[in-house]
Amino acid sequence: MTKFDVLRKAFKSAFPYTIPIFAGFWFLGMAYGIYMKVSGFSFWYTLLMTVVIFGGSLEFVTVSMLLSPFAPLQSFIMALLIQARHLFYGLAMLDKYKGMGWKRFYLIFGLCDETFSINCSVDAPEGVDKGWFMFFVTLLNQTYWVTGSTMGAVLGSFIRFNTEGLDFVMTAMFVVIFLEQLMKEKKHYTAIIGVGASVLCRLIFGADSFMIPTMILILCMLWAFRKPLERSGGLE
Amino acid sequence: MTVAQQIITIFICAFATMITRFTPFVVFNSKKPTPKFIQYLGKALPAAIFGMLVVYCLKNVEIVTGAHAIPEVISIILITLVHKWKRNMLLSIGAGTACYMLLVQFVF
Repeated sequence: MTKFDVLRKAFKSAFPYTIPIFAGFWFLGMAYGIYMKVSGFSFWYTLLMTVVIFGGSLEFVTVSMLLSPFAPLQSFIMALLIQARHLFYGLAMLDKYKGMGWKRFYLIFGLCDETFSINCSVDAPEGVDKGWFMFFVTLLNQTYWVTGSTMGAVLGSFIRFNTEGLDFVMTAMFVVIFLEQLMKEKKHYTAIIGVGASVLCRLIFGADSFMIPTMILILCMLWAFRKPLERSGGLE
Repeated sequence: MTVAQQIITIFICAFATMITRFTPFVVFNSKKPTPKFIQYLGKALPAAIFGMLVVYCLKNVEIVTGAHAIPEVISIILITLVHKWKRNMLLSIGAGTACYMLLVQFVF
């Protein structure tokens, strides 16, 4: 197999997994591009932000930062807090991203929610190079986000059909990935911890500030119940 | 804000994002063996994270007011049924999204 065949095979097997993200990112990206446009920024800003930040929720918040007085330290801390969940993704992907050479840098750079979900839950099919498979998942996802957003910023005002509710495609995707996880594993203790901690913290801390307490609570519970969880044998 | 300040703000956000993405890989590099507790977290976290992400997507749903989360609940039940039936990711996601769009546009 030539190098080109390896790449083509990896691309062909990666693409189908990214189709739901294509739909979701084009929709959300368009919405983001339009939002940037009506906030008074040229599409160059949208392009720059989607390429260097590549993290949807933070990019929406950055718009309001750009419209406020310059406050670098506050922006930095806010960005860290919003993006803190990525620390979890890294911990879960330590092994899978091992030995990927230069590709590893881009895999980590592009580790957004959606890319993490696919690369963590899907294994490259037999005979497909797993490094290139995960590389193309990451690259395709970022391409969807960059093109969708920039298109929204350029053409936003021409969209006419009723897209209300289309953003649910992202929720639907995470629900399906969660279902896959439940069908794959024998014991559901850690899934229950994840949902339980999130719902509890959402009720206590509200929609805008429950993620940090949720992550702390999940870590504490996994730490406290480590012995019984490992003994029950539900972890692979 | 001047253009320079705007560019700086964008790169500050990018830098913070990279800190959160790269830190685990820098701290636990492949030269030293990864501590047992971190290995355990690597296995125990994914299921917990996927559950957390579902809740995160639904964080702005109002249960007490508005449509009382009915479109979300119906769509998620449909996704679960379709997925148990065919176990085809694209089909389940498509059916759930279409159902939700119809509900919020025509029913609620």
